Amino acid sequence: MDLGIPLTHYLLVSAILFTMGALGVLIRRNALIVFMSIELMLNAANLAFVAFARSFEQTTGQPVFTGQLFVFFVIAVAAAEVAVGLALIVAIFRTKQTIDVDQLSSMKG
Amino acid sequence: MDFTLILFYVVAGVAAATAVGLLFSRNAVYAALFLVLNFACVAVFYLLLGAPFIAMAQITVYAGAIMVLFLFVIMLLGAEKLPRGGILPWQRPLAIGAAAILLAEAGYLLVQRVQSAAVLPDPGSFENSVSSLQQMAYLLFTDYLLPFEVTSILLLVAMVGAIVLTRQAKGAQR
Amino acid sequence: MEALFNLVPLVVFLPVLGLLINMLFGGRMSEKAIGTVASAASGLTFVVSVLLGVALWAGHGHAEVVPFAEWIKIGTLDIPWNFRVDTLSVTMMLVVSVVGTLIHIYAIGYMHEDVRFKKDEKRFQRFFVFMNLFIAMMMILVSGDSYLMLFVGWEGVGLCSFLLIGFWYDMDTLGRPSWANSNAAKKAFIVNRIGDFGFLLAGLTMFWWFGSVQFGEVFNKTPFIPESIILAITLFMLIGVAGKSSQIPLYVWLPDAMAGPTPVSALIHAATMVTAGVYLIARSWPLYSAVPNAQFIVALVGAVTALFAATIAVGQYDIKKVLAYSTISQLGFMVAAVGMGAFVAGMFHLVTHAFFKALLFLSAGSVILGLERGHHHLAHHGPDSGQHEEVFDPGDMRNMGGLRKRMPVTFWLYMIGTLALAGIFPFAGFWSKDEILLEAARNYTVVYVLLVIAAFFTAFYMGRQIWMVFFGRSRHAAAEHAEESPKIITVPLMVLAGLSVLGGVLNLPGVHTLTHWLEHTIALAAEHGAEVGGFLALSWGGLNPVVALVSTLLALGAIYLSWLLYGRKPLEAGQKDPLKKILGPIFTGMENKWFVDEGYRAAFVDRYADLGRFLAEVVDGRFWHDFVHDKLIAGTYNWLSKIALDRYADQKGIDAFFNGLGELIKRISASLRRLQNGFVRSYALAVLFGVIAILGYLLLK
Repeated sequence: MDLGIPLTHYLLVSAILFTMGALGVLIRRNALIVFMSIELMLNAANLAFVAFARSFEQTTGQPVFTGQLFVFFVIAVAAAEVAVGLALIVAIFRTKQTIDVDQLSSMKG
Repeated sequence: MDFTLILFYVVAGVAAATAVGLLFSRNAVYAALFLVLNFACVAVFYLLLGAPFIAMAQITVYAGAIMVLFLFVIMLLGAEKLPRGGILPWQRPLAIGAAAILLAEAGYLLVQRVQSAAVLPDPGSFENSVSSLQQMAYLLFTDYLLPFEVTSILLLVAMVGAIVLTRQAKGAQR
Repeated sequence: MEALFNLVPLVVFLPVLGLLINMLFGGRMSEKAIGTVASAASGLTFVVSVLLGVALWAGHGHAEVVPFAEWIKIGTLDIPWNFRVDTLSVTMMLVVSVVGTLIHIYAIGYMHEDVRFKKDEKRFQRFFVFMNLFIAMMMILVSGDSYLMLFVGWEGVGLCSFLLIGFWYDMDTLGRPSWANSNAAKKAFIVNRIGDFGFLLAGLTMFWWFGSVQFGEVFNKTPFIPESIILAITLFMLIGVAGKSSQIPLYVWLPDAMAGPTPVSALIHAATMVTAGVYLIARSWPLYSAVPNAQFIVALVGAVTALFAATIAVGQYDIKKVLAYSTISQLGFMVAAVGMGAFVAGMFHLVTHAFFKALLFLSAGSVILGLERGHHHLAHHGPDSGQHEEVFDPGDMRNMGGLRKRMPVTFWLYMIGTLALAGIFPFAGFWSKDEILLEAARNYTVVYVLLVIAAFFTAFYMGRQIWMVFFGRSRHAAAEHAEESPKIITVPLMVLAGLSVLGGVLNLPGVHTLTHWLEHTIALAAEHGAEVGGFLALSWGGLNPVVALVSTLLALGAIYLSWLLYGRKPLEAGQKDPLKKILGPIFTGMENKWFVDEGYRAAFVDRYADLGRFLAEVVDGRFWHDFVHDKLIAGTYNWLSKIALDRYADQKGIDAFFNGLGELIKRISASLRRLQNGFVRSYALAVLFGVIAILGYLLLK
């Protein structure tokens, strides 16, 4: 086992990135950075996906592309999401003159 | 130590560092740049995992298109920095605690459940990668044609949506 | 023929239909239409009764029970509403419907004038609604197959009686504003309540011991029930009879009931309702036959009532009051008869009495209307109108006199009624009364003596009435101008007069049609008088010549005596009754009804009022309310609540607990409310907590 990188390493990195993303969502007030954190979490998930796909490929002994294709779709959807999300932030900024999410509490119960 | 393993640790360190940087950078522009770097790191991982196409898509779409879009918006809004002072005092410690628990849980999970024996082989030769790219493309336009087309429609809708949302009302411009 | 029996519900529902029509649409109908509808309803009831009689006759008197509806069904108690068609009930139906129909027709004419004299024409409609209701209730009474159904009718006719006595509830008999009429109605109702209580006791005792109130079941079980129980039942029933049929000691309501319009007096308080008690005893013949002691008591009550009421009738001046006491007296004859076990004789007298007493009342009504007309005529055309402001009583015989010439038709009708009542051969009353006297002579000498004296008085007061009303000279200007009644009033009277003359045919000696007819229902003790000897053994086909002769001679003698006193030298205006000079204080007693009403007032009514006052003021007010409620209960409570509960249990215990609970909820919700702060980030944190929790669960599972 001197060749290659263990699966757990990838998953650990993925977990760290995901946690950082989650933390970013939770502690940052800037809507843009919150949004970036979400992208980071998506990336962490993608990384785990590809790592598992690779692991599965090794188990079966032949190339399997399902995991990669899934990530491909995730990237495409993320692109769409970012486009709409940023448009929303722009629209919010127009009305509120801020992108501080703490200023947006009209959903208060 | 294997070269790839060393490479992995270095890149992983950078990725973690950029994520932390994203977390704590005061300036949104810096945050965006950290994120770009992070995406690049992830792209390296993809290459290491034998997924060159995804790696390229990651660079072009994420690091290129999406992050540029972010930067555009940051510049457009002039919202690099926010004034200090939070409204939710408990949010930060709680969030950090929760994140720590989450990380601990993930680590515990890795230790307990995932076979540590599973080692992922290094990516193969270039030809191998090209052939795999061909196979993937083939799959994409046969078995996954419908999701592919749906994704294209989704992108179209997102584009229209973005235009509608950001377009200023006619009266407001004057 | 069998199918005809199924018509029997119609005897109840035809009058109900009539009253519904009059009630709902009467307001827009003419008086004639209202009267026609009501009379037709009653007349059709008569037709149905005749058909039922024909069906019975064809079926050889075999009784028929027609199930109609389920009524009360609780556990084992099952009392259906069944109709009983037998010779007894059909006899009653025929009497009620024929007399009822004639009186309805008469009432069209009578009420037409009455509502005008009393100046409230709207009540015409109401009158006929009540009358039809009465017919329906009376039919329920006589057609029911159980004591409970009979009781329903019993109460129903009592209600109608109340409604109709108080028909002019806001005035007295003379039309002056007063509560006299409604008081009379209340008196009748309350006295009847006392009787009904007796009936109710009888019914409950019966149910307790017999387990049923159906006629058939009760009579079948009679031999197996202790005699003392049956005695109790029959005597309780006698209280009911005394109330409804106006016997001593509950007769006092009937004279006052004359406050109702005359057709009501004739129909309800002479011909039909008051005979319900007689019907009840005749219907319960198996019970009474089982206890001779009860029979004797009943007979004695009847006989005493007959004599007592007859003596009062002698001293009355009101034309209707005389007839009212006469009715009580004649009801006494009937009750005495059914008490002696002479059920047929009692029923026979019931039928004939219904005819001639209705005739007498209606004729009296005609006389009263005649005087009203005369008075009315005077008021508008008289020489000095000021004189007529005085209150004029058209029913007072002292205001009458010489009406024979002014009202010839009414006079002859009245004569026929009088002769029938006095028991002069060959009128209906002779046959029926004679039968009763004969039975009395054979059974109880005491009863016979009482009844014969009563018969003597009967002839006397009727003679007195005839002389005072129709002979001599007018004692009041109104009597001089009295006018004969129209045909709508006299024609029904002529029919009744015909029935009064020929009523005896029903049960002529030797033929005994009614006896054979009723024998299908009532098993008669045919051996009556088997052991008597002497003159009582004589019989002309059931008619004892001695008894008949004695009563006839007495009646003729009484009429002669009355002529001596009132006919030979007619009463002058303002003159005192000649009998007063002869009898002195005795006549004063008669005049004042032997002060029974006053005695009752002193003995019961005032005592009752005293008791009520005592209960209200002392027991309820001072003791119960002031002391028990205010002092004991409320005081204790106040003390308890102030000292013990309010300070310790309530404030420290209960209040604290519930306030604490409320406070807790308030705090929880306040802190929970903080979660819902509207900040996206804290929601996201919550989501993360959820993720951690689920992940932790999966890990530790």
